[in-house]
Amino acid sequence: MSEARKVLIDPLVDNNPVTLQVLGICSALAVTTSLLPALLMCVALTAVAALSTAAISSIRNRIPNNIRIIVHMTIIASFVILTDQLLRAYAFETSKQLSVFVGLIITNCIILGRAEAFAMKNSVGMSFLDGLGNGLGYSAILISVAVIRELFGGGTLLGYSIFPLVSDGGWYEANGMMLLPPSAFFIIGLLIWAVRSWKTEQVEDPDYQIHEVHRTEVY
Amino acid sequence: MSDNTNTQAEKGTKFSRDSVKNTLTVAIGLSLVCSILVASTAIVLKPIQLKNEELFRQKIILEVAGLMQPDGDIEALFSNIEPRMVELASGDYVDTPDPRSFNAVVAAKDPQLGLAIPADLDLGVIRRRAIYAPVYLVRKDREIEQIILPVYGSGLWSTMFGYLALANDGTTVTGLRFYSHAETPGLGDKIDHPAWRQQWVGKTVHGPDGLPRIEVIRGLVLTSGTPEQLSSTKYQIDGLSGATLTGRGVGKLVQYWTGPHGFGPYLKNFWKSDETSR
Repeated sequence: MSEARKVLIDPLVDNNPVTLQVLGICSALAVTTSLLPALLMCVALTAVAALSTAAISSIRNRIPNNIRIIVHMTIIASFVILTDQLLRAYAFETSKQLSVFVGLIITNCIILGRAEAFAMKNSVGMSFLDGLGNGLGYSAILISVAVIRELFGGGTLLGYSIFPLVSDGGWYEANGMMLLPPSAFFIIGLLIWAVRSWKTEQVEDPDYQIHEVHRTEVY
Repeated sequence: MSDNTNTQAEKGTKFSRDSVKNTLTVAIGLSLVCSILVASTAIVLKPIQLKNEELFRQKIILEVAGLMQPDGDIEALFSNIEPRMVELASGDYVDTPDPRSFNAVVAAKDPQLGLAIPADLDLGVIRRRAIYAPVYLVRKDREIEQIILPVYGSGLWSTMFGYLALANDGTTVTGLRFYSHAETPGLGDKIDHPAWRQQWVGKTVHGPDGLPRIEVIRGLVLTSGTPEQLSSTKYQIDGLSGATLTGRGVGKLVQYWTGPHGFGPYLKNFWKSDETSR
């Protein structure tokens, strides 16, 4: 039981797919200008991650090695199309804002990474929890970024005014940069910094050690 | 490794998952299961999605006319708008076909209902159009206040479908909105951005000669200068940086649909006899 708990909880902070493994950044930039599409994206990605890792795990002993990536992609793509169709039927306008990004879940490195690294070697239940945990870890980052961007970029959260804007007679001057893609990079960078200052074991060893060479050592 | 071992696949003893037979079985079985899953979802959800698209189209018409209220009932509000059918070549109203069920893209392909657009006139790059088109009339105290025209044309990647609202002089823009396109996310899709759409409001479509003059220019429209320099700004819209071709496509499609081969003959009915008003 404690192992199941660990599989589910670990990707939230300790092994977060965005801040530690730095995967799935592209959609984190694109859909986080406001909170509502970000939430929908989180639900979509988490559902696809959990269901596809469970499905892949259930046939892991039959998947031939030489076509395993294609098999993963087929399963992931089917779940993505399923999710996209459901969103278009029941959350039409927000799904229009997400445009291509739901379809691009297929290429999200988090899902293929978990399928390859975890689902091929573990049981269905564990794989489901692993997919769910990684989806939630991604969601945690996406939601934090979206809250910061929407709040400081437009003074609103989920469309409700929090900081009244100067243009509407309030006091808050909207920070337009927050609505541009680079701000998502800055925020994710700051989040990675914050997490690694708190959990210092996540700090990677430097690739190169600068070695002071004394003049006499050269020859 | 060899094919004869996988007869024991179900027993799981000497099963080789890398054999040709198992590879084919997995590939075919998986494709079947996935395609049935995807196809059945698409078929089951199709009616709901079509209903959503229709409501969204009505909402866009209401928004372009400035009649949309937050949390308003789209169908109830839309019932105040009067759809009519226009024969484009003559500019006259016709009673058939029914504007509510008319599909301009399907009709354009029909040999009876569509016609080929001469290449030199085809500004929107759509090749064929229907001979009829719906218009949506917004009335205030029985007088026509706004005319909403369906417009479409090619952008960079996709055909962009939208509505252009004109005031009752037949040439002043009161709104432009697209309901369907697949332009570059983050660049070309700025045609949906409120700030860009707002620029169209108040611009004049036709020049003094009665031909469309409105265009999407490179860079910014002048805001100061001599009266001569500023005289053409009422026909100009700022281009979108990073989406030159999408912006140009929008300008061209508006020119086509408001021009002599589009709604021009119909819009003439609204023009004031006084030529200088344009």
